[in-house]
Amino acid sequence: MSKKTLTIALMDPPYESENLTTAFRILDIAARRGYDINVFAYEGASGLAFVRQMPHPNPVHGKDVAEENHPTTKDQVAALLAAAEQNGGKVDWVNCGMCVDERGVNEFVPGTRRGSPADFHAFAEASDNVLVIPTK
Amino acid sequence: MAKKTLNIVESAYRAVMEEQDDTILWLLAAMQGAGAEHTVVLRGNAVNYAVASQGVPGLTIGKWKQTQAPKMDRDVLDLIEKRKIPVYVIAEDLADRGIERSELVPGVQLLSRMELPGLFTEFALVTHW
Repeated sequence: MSKKTLTIALMDPPYESENLTTAFRILDIAARRGYDINVFAYEGASGLAFVRQMPHPNPVHGKDVAEENHPTTKDQVAALLAAAEQNGGKVDWVNCGMCVDERGVNEFVPGTRRGSPADFHAFAEASDNVLVIPTK
Repeated sequence: MAKKTLNIVESAYRAVMEEQDDTILWLLAAMQGAGAEHTVVLRGNAVNYAVASQGVPGLTIGKWKQTQAPKMDRDVLDLIEKRKIPVYVIAEDLADRGIERSELVPGVQLLSRMELPGLFTEFALVTHW
């Protein structure tokens, strides 16, 4: 079977919906299969790879930082990139440049990059399939 | 004395994997600890929060694994038993979803849709989440 290229466009910001959990489950499977993956992180999703995200304790749960082990999407993005590389694939993760500027989240997980809608267009043209998960 | 607040929670399972809890139930628990006096009504899809023995495996991405996935029944029990926050569930919304009373965590109280407006009069504030 020839190698597949999948593009996913995301719009939801981190910590606001279940859409991103669904997206990461799909991305994880694609990475395990060695697919080449393109991600266009648009609008709120441009914060997913913001590198200054920090896990926190949870006093309601009665847990400190280590016990709560709060997930951060920046760690999930980094894990995705590593998983793809380990399985012979690659991830081209593009953070919409204007979106990160307006949010002040222009420090990215290494291996992701700044881009524009032109990247999404190029991704769509070059992919076997495209999945858009929009904000509702 | 704190204003008594009735919180009608309808939004369900929004970002619970990323937050490892429901953001509204978490907020109410935290506010209760600061002296607030809350009561919760679960309606719509949120009635499922009261179903016992629910849960989901943590998210896994490559070698990264979530170790503290949310458990909403545990959080509802925490509200009732530890925070002393009364939790009501709309009976018709349970029935619509085929959920029996016997499936719920102990301590939740059933309330009909017809009874809900009457409950409003007992509170200084009513919020709908």
